[in-house]
Parts: sequence; structure tokens; C-alpha cells
Amino acid sequence: MRARNRELIGLVPASLLVTAGFAGVFIQRSNQLSNISLTYGAIFLGLCLIAHIFIRVTLPHADPYMFPLVAVLACFGLVMVYRIDSTLARQQAEWFVIGLVLFIGTIVAFRDYRKLEQYRYVIMVVSLVILVLPRIPGVGQYTAGAYLAVKVPGLGGFQPEEFAKIGLVIFLASYLRDTRQVLATGGRRFLGVSFPPIKHLGPIVVIWGVAMGIMVLLSDMGSSLMLYGGLLAMLYVATGRISFVLVGLIAFALGAWYLGTHISHVHARVEDWLHTFDPRVYAPKAGLGSFQVANGLFAQAQGGLFGQGFGQAILTVPGSNPPAYVIPAASTDMIFTVITDELGLFGSAALLLTYLILVGRGLKAAVMSTDSFSTLLATGLSAVVALQVFVIVGGVTRVIPLTGVTLPFVSYGGSSIVANFVLVAFLLLVSDRARRQARA
Amino acid sequence: MNRPIAHLFAVIMVLFGLLIVWTSRWTVFDASALQHNSLNKLGFYAGLKIKRGRIVADNGEVLGKSLPAGGGTWKRTYPAGPLFAQSVGYDNPQLGSSAGLEKYHNQWLSGRPQSSLTSVFGPLGGGQTVGDDLHTTLDPRAQAAARSLLAGRVGSVVAIVPQTGALKVLYSNPTYNDNTPNAKGSSQFFNAVQGEYPPGSTFKVVTATAALNSGRYTPNSTIVGTSPLKVSGVPLQNDGNVSYGAVTLTKALTLSINTVFAQVGQNVGIHTMAKYMKRFGFYHYPPLDLPTDEMLASGERNPSNGHLLSPTSNLIDLGRMSIGQDKLAVTPLQMAMVASTVADNGTLMAPHLATRAVNNVGQTVKRFGPRAYSHVMKASTALELRQMMTSVVEEGTGQSANLQGLNAAGKTGTATVDVARNLDDAWFIGLAPVAHPKIAVAVELTNIVNGFGGTYAAPVAAQIMKLLISEGQ
Repeated sequence: MRARNRELIGLVPASLLVTAGFAGVFIQRSNQLSNISLTYGAIFLGLCLIAHIFIRVTLPHADPYMFPLVAVLACFGLVMVYRIDSTLARQQAEWFVIGLVLFIGTIVAFRDYRKLEQYRYVIMVVSLVILVLPRIPGVGQYTAGAYLAVKVPGLGGFQPEEFAKIGLVIFLASYLRDTRQVLATGGRRFLGVSFPPIKHLGPIVVIWGVAMGIMVLLSDMGSSLMLYGGLLAMLYVATGRISFVLVGLIAFALGAWYLGTHISHVHARVEDWLHTFDPRVYAPKAGLGSFQVANGLFAQAQGGLFGQGFGQAILTVPGSNPPAYVIPAASTDMIFTVITDELGLFGSAALLLTYLILVGRGLKAAVMSTDSFSTLLATGLSAVVALQVFVIVGGVTRVIPLTGVTLPFVSYGGSSIVANFVLVAFLLLVSDRARRQARA
Repeated sequence: MNRPIAHLFAVIMVLFGLLIVWTSRWTVFDASALQHNSLNKLGFYAGLKIKRGRIVADNGEVLGKSLPAGGGTWKRTYPAGPLFAQSVGYDNPQLGSSAGLEKYHNQWLSGRPQSSLTSVFGPLGGGQTVGDDLHTTLDPRAQAAARSLLAGRVGSVVAIVPQTGALKVLYSNPTYNDNTPNAKGSSQFFNAVQGEYPPGSTFKVVTATAALNSGRYTPNSTIVGTSPLKVSGVPLQNDGNVSYGAVTLTKALTLSINTVFAQVGQNVGIHTMAKYMKRFGFYHYPPLDLPTDEMLASGERNPSNGHLLSPTSNLIDLGRMSIGQDKLAVTPLQMAMVASTVADNGTLMAPHLATRAVNNVGQTVKRFGPRAYSHVMKASTALELRQMMTSVVEEGTGQSANLQGLNAAGKTGTATVDVARNLDDAWFIGLAPVAHPKIAVAVELTNIVNGFGGTYAAPVAAQIMKLLISEGQ
């Protein structure tokens, strides 16, 4: 079967999911099956079809599974956000449309994405500047102990880190294309590992500096870990040197340890993680405490294997007005716990597998690419998505300390959904070029 | 660059594997521990949304119900409050605690849990969970009468239908208000099923049961009732230190002669006594439908640590135990069970409060009891005991229970608890009418000055029996 036809068929599960999901939530809400759920299903199927036809025309060779996987995630996210708060879902649906527009815009504008290499330093500077925007007084927003968003009149909060991650990946892919040969050779062996000469540690120092800077300036451990991990993965793929990874991880661990013990917000998050069920940490005299993490775990325990069903998770104290939140940030940071509560271990494992397949398709595009820039770009973008999922899901499942990043395509959040649609547009562009050349 | 990419994907797979392992840890392996974590209030929040079933008395009076409290939540109220608080208990999500029938029968009152298969889309048919109504044996008029007859004194009244074990009255002073279970100064301790009292001479019915049913004695066997009599090396006296010549067992029960029953118990032996005590329910939590931690097992208790002794322990002073003293710690419910057994021709029916659970469309979904707990004695032994206990009421220590037309039988008890201050526990256990008993009771009054059972407890017991029989019980 031709790639585009496979993509078309792949969209069927997405539209079925959104229809069934909305139907489930409707039944739960009002004990009746409204035809609105069919309408929603039809609208999103229509939107996905438009995007599909556009891909069919512009990127006929692109990976056929990527877009359906993204559609499944985004539709599933809409259902979950709708279940949590129907007002947010309406906004999320609007962002979904804007995301698709930017998706198409990206494909049109960067049909030959390799011209981005010419602007790599501009992209890097812009990325770094918008990264620190939230810290600038009067511009930034301080949320839950971290500087995550920028106020934009008429749009609410804008999270620049979602876009900066793409910019930094583009820059590093371009930079490493030029320098990877040099970085990959020379050095001396120690304990069976070949270490590069000191002068070649420059890129890693810069990446490390950016990551630590995010932690110090923005108090944002999650974004820091995600970006650092993604960039380190690119460095490893570019050079094939495991020593870069070792040096990088040790440097990050030392830095994170130092900051974790010296920045109170970061330190508090670590305490919440280590002593989640200690009553003093759970409800401290000052600050948020581990209330959020602990209640996320309690919610997951309710889910069991199959979950309690849509609408069954308790998100606010029943009868409380104004609502007292049992799970704060249920539609954003904590959405994975709501999914686990309502759909169980099987539901959340299926979601994680969907991400894993998407990442796998992205890395496949990287492998199939014939030029270093494309390979590194696809690698970096895929790794960043994978690490973003790991950071937030790992945070709410207590694998690592919880820090607020969004669950790509699923969490409520305009910046997140738009930026991730742009990210996938780049992956499709890389994949189209790679597969076109493979056929030629 | 393909090998490093493969490595990278392997690492990502490991990371995602960690996520799935951790998620399974919280959803499956540690789920139970998380659900029982004291910080976890989700069960309580879920409870707020359940419309629990009502708790209903035998005449249809509602003892507990859920009222809408806004935002889809429900608040539990107990219209009768302190009168039934001890047996009805409470279910209080705010406190995160429950007690009594509310706790014991929570499975029915809170509605049945959904099976995991139907849960993917939630409860498809129903919307909110509605619990089953719990119908009970409790009689509001008799319960209120018990309260007014106690007249504020510390004590307990228990009334059982002998043939079924249905508890008509289960009341103790002091009580508490189950609408505000944590009110300052109130105690949820339920004397009727938790109190540790020496049963005094009411226990002679147990000794007599062992004596008669084992064939060692008949009601006409004669024993010399010298006072004082050395028992276990220490002199034991009759009331007023009166000595009796050779008297029949019937007369000894009628006049409650201590030294006779001490000898009877010693002759019967500790193993036989232990056997009959266990048949009556001693040394075991009562088979009542209340939470075990809200009840007490009756029997001999070690004074140093309060634990139950072995029924044949050599720490037991058999002679004194046979007259209801020694280290016996007994609940009023236990003594009501003794009276009920005598009334029911030797069969002890398990006492119970709930009769059935009825769902919200009126179908009975579960019936509780009646259930035989044990066959304690032959019917003929029970008949002999009833005759002996009739003599107690007609011409012995229990004459104040001898109401016109009641035809009661019973046994008094006066257990000294504080010699210096002349404080006694006043007891009466009884049944009526003696020919075909319809009700069995135990009344206990705590720390009464010169509290003769015949003076203080017997009139209360008689009034309660009279009321219940007049109601057609």
C-alpha cells in the first residue's frame, strides 16, 4: 500500500477514539448519548483529513505513521481535557486548529529546511533570548515557584521554552554537522573509554551552561533536563563517543546536585520527591509541599489495571465551592495521573507506547537521512519529545522529582500544542526528503 | 551515525520501561498501601457522593439517613441521636471514621462496588451510587423506655427475642450523639457490649446449667450452705453471713446462697464449667453484627494485663467464679444471652441487629439471621432452670420483678465492686412469660450504693419485658 493511503487509514483510529471518548464523557456527564459526540468526531476527522490531503500533496514520501500517531495523541488529549474542564477543551480545540495552521505553514515555509542552517546563530540567539524572557520583570509570569511563561496580551501565558527547544535543536544539528568529524577524533584512552581532548569539550560546556542557566534563572529543572538530555543525545549521535555522554551526565549530576541543595525551589521539589508521604513535607508551613505528587499517586492507585472509567477521578473536593483542588493542574502537569486513574495501567501504558512509536518513527527518519544535518535534526527533535514525556510522566509517577512540563499534544496548553505541531512538521519534512532519496 | 541512534532508542525504551514499571507500582503493586495511607482522602471524598441507605427500626422509624448537602454530596443524619447512637454508630467522612452498624454493614449501606469490567465507561445505567436500606430489630419505644427507666444512672439494658436472637433493646448510659461523634467530653464506649463487669449471682444460672445438664445435680439435690466456708483457702460468706443447713439447689438459687454454688462449681469441675461457658458464648467475641473492636469477649481476665485467661487456667478461683466473682469480666449482652438460652429451651440464637438489606427499588437483597450459635443444654434442663428462676421471682431475691400477669422468671445479682464505699453492680437477668418465653433481658446498673440487684435492676427488667410483651413481641 502506498504511504499516504496508510496514513489515511491510520487516521481512522484517531477519529474513532475522539468519538468514543466524547461519547464516554457524555454518558458519564448526563446519562445520555448525545449526537454532539458524533459532531465532534466528524469535525476532528475533517481537520485531520485536511492536514492529510496537504501532506499528500506536499510531502508524498513522508513517514505515513507520524501524523496519525500525533492525531491520536491530540484527539485523546482533547477528550481528557474536555473531561476535566469543558471550557479549557474549547480553547484547546482552537489551539489545535492554530497548531494545524502552523504545521502547514512550517511545511510551506521550510520546504527546504536545510536553509535553516544559514540562520543557525540567529536561531540560537533568538532561542536563548526567548528562554530567559519569563525572567524579565513585567514580561514573565511566576507560576508555582518557577518562571515558565510570558504574558502575551490577548493570548494569556506563552511558554517560550516549548519553541526554544526546537530552535536549539536546529542550531546544534547545524553546528555539529560542521564539527562532528573533529569532535569524533583524537583524545586519549582512560579505563577503556576514549576521551576527547579538552579543547573539544567546548560544545558540552555550552550546553551544560544553558541547562544550568535555565535552572538558576528559571528554577525550571524539568525543561533543563529535557533540553540537556536532547542536546547530549545529539552530541552522542554526532560523534559516536560514549565519553561525551559520561562526562555530560556527570557534569549535569554535579550541577543538579549543587543547585538542588542551594536553590530553595529546586530543593523543595527534591524533598517532595524523596519524602512524598512525610506529613511535614506533605503539608509544610510554607510552600506547596508534596500534596500534588502524593495525591497524583493516590489517584493512580484508584486506577488499578483498567481504571475507574471516564469522569470517575476525583479532581476537586465534592461539594466545595469555590472548588478545592485534590489534584492541582489536572489538565496540564497532572494529566497523566487523571488518565491512569480513569483508564488504568493499560490505558496509560498504551499512551506511553504511542509516544514510543512516534519517537521510533522520528529516529527512523534520522537513520534514513543521508546528510548529517537531517539526521541530527530528526534525532534531536525525537529525543526532546521522548525526554519531555519522560520528565513529566516520570515526575508524576515519582521516578524523578516533579517539574512542570507539558505532556506533548495531550496536556492543555496553547504553546505546547502549537510548538509540538511545528516540531512534527520538521520531522515530516526530514522524513519526506530521506524517503524520497531512498526511492530515487 | 546509525549505531548511536540505535543505542539512543534503546535508552529511550529503557526510560519508558521505567515509566511503565513505576506506573504499575502505583496502580497495582502499591495500590492497597496507597489507598490506606492516612494522607489519602479520596475514599472520604468518594463517600461524600454516595447516597447511603437508610437504617430503619423494626417499626419503620428511620434511625439514619442521608440528606442532600449541595454539589452532589450527601450528609448523614441520625434523627434519634443518642438513643441509638451506640448501635447505629455513624459514617462520618469529615472525620474519616465510622462505627456501629454503619461500619459493620457498610458494604450494603454504601451500595455494591462495580465490577471492573463495567467500569471502563463508569456505571452505565445508574449515574450515582445509592446504598441499600438496612432494616433492624431495634424497637424505638422499648429503647426509649429503657433510657427513661435507667433515669440517667450508668447502666445497660439488653432485650433479646429468644427464638431468633433479635435484639429489641440495646442501650447503655452514658451514650453519645452520633451526629457529632467527636463532641468534647463524649465517649463512644458502649457499656452493654464493651463494659467489664462482675456478673455476681446472675452467673449462678451458668453454674446451675453445668450442674444440671451434666447430670451431677438435680433441682432437688441438697447441699449444706455453711457460712463462712473456706474456698481456695479464703473464707467465703453468704449474704449477711447467714448459714443454711441442707437446702435444695432450687432453694439455693432462690435465696442466692453463695457457699452452695461455690461447692457446686467445684464439684462440677473447671473443665465442665469451661465447656458450658464457651457454649454460652464466653471467651469469644459476641456473634453480634457490630465491629469487633467495639465489643468485648466475656470471661475470666488476668488482672495484671487485662487479657482473657484460658478457661481452664489455674489462676481461676473456681469456687468464687461459680458465684460470679473472682476475675470475671462480663458484658450485659453476655448475660442477656444466658437468659435467652434458658428461654429458648437451651438453644442460643446468635444475637443480631440487622434483619435485611433492601435496595432502592424495594427488593430484599440480603437477609441476616436468625442463626443458632450453639446448643447449650437439653430442653429439659432449660425447663428446670426456668422453674428455679420462677421461684427466684415469686419467693426469692427477685420479687420486685413479679408484676401482675407478667409471669417472669429471673435471677438477681449484686456484685460488690467497692467495699469501702459500699458500691455494687446491680444485676437482673430474666425472661417472660415463663410458660412460653417471648423475651429475655439483662439489666445492669453500675456503682449503686448498696445496689441489690433485686431492688434496683429487677424492676427495670420487669417493665421492659412487660412493654415488649404488650407490644406483641
